[in-house]
Amino acid sequence: MPQMNMVQAINDALRHEMRRDSRVVVLGEDVGKVGGVFRVTQGLFDEFGDDRVIDTPLSEGGIIGTAIGMALYGLVPVPEIQFSDFIFPAYDQIVSELAKYRYRSGGEYPAKLVIRTPTGGGIRGGHYHSQSPEAQFIHVAGLKVVCPSNPADAKGLLLASIRDPDPVLFFEPKRIYRAAKGEVPEGDHTVPLGKASVVRKGQHVTIVVWGAMLYEALDAANQAAAQGIDCEIIDLRTLWPLDIDTIITSVKKTGRVVVVHEAPKSCGLGGEIVALINEKAFLHLEAPPKRVTGFDTPFPYTLEMEYLPLSHRILPAIIETARY
Amino acid sequence: MEGSAHPVARHPLDAHAPDVVRVLRDDGTLDPTNDPGLRSDEVLTLYRAMVRARLLDERLVLLQRQGRIGFHIGCKGEEASILGSAFAMRQNDWIFPCYREFAAALWRGMPLQRYVDNMFGNANDPVKGRQMPDHYTWKSGKFGSVSSPIGTQITQAVGFAWAAKIRKEDAAVLVYFGDGATSSNEFHNGMNFAGVFKTPTVFFCRNNGWAISVPTERQTASDTFAQKGIAYGVPGVRCDGNDLFAVVKVTRDAVARAVRGEGPTIIEALTYRLEGHSTSDDPKAYRPEAGLDSWRRLDPIPRLRRHIERTIGWTDAQDKELETELDAELKAAIAVAEKTQAPPLESLFEDVYGELPWHLQEQRDELLRGPRAKGHGH
Repeated sequence: MPQMNMVQAINDALRHEMRRDSRVVVLGEDVGKVGGVFRVTQGLFDEFGDDRVIDTPLSEGGIIGTAIGMALYGLVPVPEIQFSDFIFPAYDQIVSELAKYRYRSGGEYPAKLVIRTPTGGGIRGGHYHSQSPEAQFIHVAGLKVVCPSNPADAKGLLLASIRDPDPVLFFEPKRIYRAAKGEVPEGDHTVPLGKASVVRKGQHVTIVVWGAMLYEALDAANQAAAQGIDCEIIDLRTLWPLDIDTIITSVKKTGRVVVVHEAPKSCGLGGEIVALINEKAFLHLEAPPKRVTGFDTPFPYTLEMEYLPLSHRILPAIIETARY
Repeated sequence: MEGSAHPVARHPLDAHAPDVVRVLRDDGTLDPTNDPGLRSDEVLTLYRAMVRARLLDERLVLLQRQGRIGFHIGCKGEEASILGSAFAMRQNDWIFPCYREFAAALWRGMPLQRYVDNMFGNANDPVKGRQMPDHYTWKSGKFGSVSSPIGTQITQAVGFAWAAKIRKEDAAVLVYFGDGATSSNEFHNGMNFAGVFKTPTVFFCRNNGWAISVPTERQTASDTFAQKGIAYGVPGVRCDGNDLFAVVKVTRDAVARAVRGEGPTIIEALTYRLEGHSTSDDPKAYRPEAGLDSWRRLDPIPRLRRHIERTIGWTDAQDKELETELDAELKAAIAVAEKTQAPPLESLFEDVYGELPWHLQEQRDELLRGPRAKGHGH
């Protein structure tokens, strides 16, 4: 299997699906000739032409609004929003329209898009190039939300997202776009939506994490192991609807859980995960569930490495939970 | 029309403005310059559809006042704009509605029963009771899905038309919106994308003078809404929106242009909202009754009636007969809709996703185990 980084794996998935299915179109700002500001769509314009790889005017609302229309027609648009921080001009189209279309039309008009968008911090991007707004879409009935942590999953989850009947927000953790490398299956390769991955087996503490923070959790778990604490790490992969069975099975075994995410703490996905654990595994808990997250502040520039839930913040939470 | 007493600037049907396309003269004759050449049976069918829309509007308002339905948003005074434009679209063309165009949905074949079912939100409602009255859909008639947010359908209609162009298939798309929607983000986005990509889109602005209580001069400082097209490279045309023939003419021209691959057109149909925004609105709070008289004289239905009286000798007796027929049809539909049950409880969870995910299964099961599982009503 070839070695790829995340950018190459996502590009490979798009190319594969565009060859397989002529209904798939890519549109967005700078996705055409230049291949996207992160080069994720590089080469697609040359292969598929500007009817299928479309540089659009600079308007996220226009991109998503027209993509919805294309989807209603029967195309399978995969629009790119250049940074997830810039998705909000399209929020009305996503929340009021895309997410509701099948339901509000009594099933007559399913509207299916995969919105790809780079997410997360750690690239010195400041407030407007670093946020993790996934919870703002999870709260909306009708959307699925995905965030891969490695190249093979990125390809497999993207192909599964494109073939899924529902609209998907596909968050790509930009901090590991090129840093995360690995073997990626050639040709057709899907990873089912709604299935988490247990990336580290352990007995003492469950860590639930996704995207770029997986590597911080792994680092913290290795350090905790030196202190005799054996962590189990769940890479959620599909953030919504999430894989409740894998989480609950693990928590019933360990009785202890730490949830890690970059997004602000209050009303983040971590809060929902903890609530679900309380509902479904309360009597198995040996310690209060902990959240290690971004702060309830705007995302900072200079102090971004203090804001992010890096391993130096995850490790004390693991120890505290284990020794409670 | 200088006689208009209310304060809406630039808006009154100005028969003298040289740019406004007008065909139907006050005496019921047609100006041959822009006459679209409708057959008399077509005109009569459209007249019947306009009268049917008017009757529906009046009866549905009464139903709402009696508390039998929750809401109605009507098209009284705008029947020529809506039916003339729907008529001008070809069978393979699509219509993306705002929320005031039930007459276009009926024109496209939505059975009256299904529309009335939507008014009651019952189990046979095309949208399964999930939206307010007048938020329906009719895909088999190539008619889109109504939502409440303003302007969102505009970019979607552009994307839909763009997709047809990408696939090299012959379909134009007409999108309805009001004068207020020209202030929305999505009007700008839709016009801009349509201009850049030359999509086969017909932007149909029903300039009815009002966005709830806000008059047109609070929406724009432009002289006309049609001229907004200039900035986007989209040709604009104004027509007398209470003149069925003018509406058909400009819409047909726009469709022909789209089909030739020349791109979008914006039509501004000058018409007037004779009632409130909806049954939830009281227009007396913001516009004087006296100002309506000039508009009532321009009511599209009597104007068309003068024409068919001249051309085919339509009589008062025939009007009476038509009203009796339409009234009976509507009464029957209401009786059926009122007796039809509410949608089943489990339908609340269907169509959110393609398949029911675990969390919705849990919530559905909880509801079905609960006290409302047996015998919920409307």
